[in-house]
Amino acid sequence: MAELGAIVQKVRSKNAGPFWLTVDIFCGSAEVFARVVSALDTARVAALYGVSGADIRRFDIADLSVVKFSFPRPTVQGTAADRDMHGAAWAVLLEEMEIA
Amino acid sequence: MVRVLIPTGALGLAYDRAALARGVANRPDIIAVDGGSTDSGPSYLGRGVSKYSRSTTRAEWRDLMLARAEAGVPLVIGTAGTCGADSAVDWLYEITCELAAELGQKLRVARLYSGQSPDAVADAMAAGRVKPLSGAPGADAETLRSCANIVALAGAEQIRAAIDTGADIVIAGRTTDTAIIAALPIARNCDAGGAWHGAKVGECGALATTNPASGVIQIDFDETGFTLEPLGGIARATPYTVSAHMLYENTDPFILYEPGGHLDVTGSRYVALDDRRVRVEGSVWVPGPYTVKLEGARIAGYQAVSLTLLRDRRYVENARTWAEDIAARCRKVAVERTGLTEADFTIEMRLVGQDATLGPLETGRTVPTEVGVLAIVTAPTEPQAVEIAKILNPYLLHHALTEEEPMPTFAFPFSPAEMSRGAIYEFCLHHVMTLDNPMSAFRLEVSEVGHG
Repeated sequence: MAELGAIVQKVRSKNAGPFWLTVDIFCGSAEVFARVVSALDTARVAALYGVSGADIRRFDIADLSVVKFSFPRPTVQGTAADRDMHGAAWAVLLEEMEIA
Repeated sequence: MVRVLIPTGALGLAYDRAALARGVANRPDIIAVDGGSTDSGPSYLGRGVSKYSRSTTRAEWRDLMLARAEAGVPLVIGTAGTCGADSAVDWLYEITCELAAELGQKLRVARLYSGQSPDAVADAMAAGRVKPLSGAPGADAETLRSCANIVALAGAEQIRAAIDTGADIVIAGRTTDTAIIAALPIARNCDAGGAWHGAKVGECGALATTNPASGVIQIDFDETGFTLEPLGGIARATPYTVSAHMLYENTDPFILYEPGGHLDVTGSRYVALDDRRVRVEGSVWVPGPYTVKLEGARIAGYQAVSLTLLRDRRYVENARTWAEDIAARCRKVAVERTGLTEADFTIEMRLVGQDATLGPLETGRTVPTEVGVLAIVTAPTEPQAVEIAKILNPYLLHHALTEEEPMPTFAFPFSPAEMSRGAIYEFCLHHVMTLDNPMSAFRLEVSEVGHG
C-alpha cells in the first residue's frame, strides 16, 4: 500500500465550470499509470467525494499516463455551502488515499 | 496562414514583456486575450464587475494597445472585466477611451454586448429553446427574473462580426474562452478542427508550456492544423504539455462544446517540430445546432463573518464541540431577538486548521497548534446578518467548555470583530439557448475614440 500522491507526479483538481469538478492524476510513467488504473476503484473515489458512482465520468488516458475523474460538484461553486471557490483542494483527498 | 498572438491567459495576470515584443516582431494577424471566466465565483457576474484592480488592468491594457498600434492588427479581448456583463464591457471601454487619449491613438472600437434581458430568455424558455445541461439547477421564468445579470457566451460568429466592422479593438462581453482565438482562423478558412483545438490549447496563454508564468505564445493556423510556439525565454511546448492541456478545466478531455458544434480531439496527432514548437493535426470539428450557453447570477442572501483564534490546547482539542455549542445557543437567541425563524438564516462554524477546506469529507486526523474559528452568518438582509454576527460576539469571546471553570477569553484579530460581506450571489443557470441567427442575442456598437 502507498499514498497515491507519493507514487504519482501530481494530482490536480479544478472547477470545470461552476457545476462540475475535474480531478487529473498525472502518473508520470506507463508503469505507474498501469498500477493506478488497476488499483483505483471508481466506487471508492465516489465515496471519497460523497457523490454517486453513476455521476462520475472516468477517463484512463494511456497516451498521457493520466487518470481523470469528472463529476457534478457536491456543492455548487460559490454557494454559501461551498468551501473552495476554484475546486483547488479536492485533489488532496486522492493524494492522501492509500492504494495497492 | 493566420498567426494569433496570445499575450497571457487573462488580462491582469501579468506576462513577459520581452516575449510580447518578440510576438509583435513576428507580425501576427491579430492579438487575442481573455478577460475572465466564472472561475472566481458568482459575485463578479452578479455585480457586473472585474476581480482585477483597475490600475493593473489599465497598465496591462495600455501595453497591449501599444503592441496593437505597432503590429497594426486588431486587438480582441473576450469576457471583459472577469464576468463579461455589459457593465464590465463599459468599464473596459472607459479605460480604453482614457488610454486612447493619453497615447494619442485614434481608434475604431467595437463593443460586443452579451447581456441578456430576463424577459427575452424567459420567452425563449417558454418556446422550448432553453435547455438545461448536465448538472444544471432547476430554473424557470421566476429564476431568470431574479438574476442580477444574465449573459450568453458568444462564439466565433459574433467575434467575427465584431472584427468585420474594421475595429482596431474589440471589447467583447462574455464569450467562450476559445472564440476570440478561433474566430479569425475560421473566417479565413483554416481547418475548423485545428482552429478550435489550437484556441483551447492557447486560451490560458503559456499554461500549455513548460513555463506557464511567461504568458506569451503564438499559434499559426492553416488548412490542416496548427503550430504552437511559446515566446517566453525558457518556455517550451512539447507534445505532452500541449495534449495535456485538453484536461484543464474540462469535464471531457476529448470533446469541447462550442456554439454551433463541438470539437473532437480523439484522433489528434501531436508532433514536436523542435524542442520548443508543437504541430497538431487531425482534430475534428463536428457541426451541430447553434446554441449558446447561458450564465446567470442572483443574490442568495447577505453574509457577515468573524474570526476567532483558539490557542489554548484544551479548546483546540475540543474546538468542534465548543463551536457547535455556541452556534446552537446563538440560533435560539437570534430567533428570540430578530423575529426570524431558524429556516431563515444559517450560522456555520468552520474550523480553520482542522477541516475548513473539506468539511465532512476531510480524512486527515492531526491536532493542530491553533484553530481559527470562522463564523459565517447568512441571513435575508445585511442588517440581519450583522445583527446575528453581533449576537455571536460575546460567546466567541468568553464561552467556556464547561460551567465549572473560570471565564476564558479568546483572541480576536480584528475590531470590529464582525465583517459584513454584503450580498452573496449564486450561479443559477447552466443552460443553453438555441439561436436562429448567432447575432440575435448579442449587440454590437462601434465608436471612433481618441485622436491621432
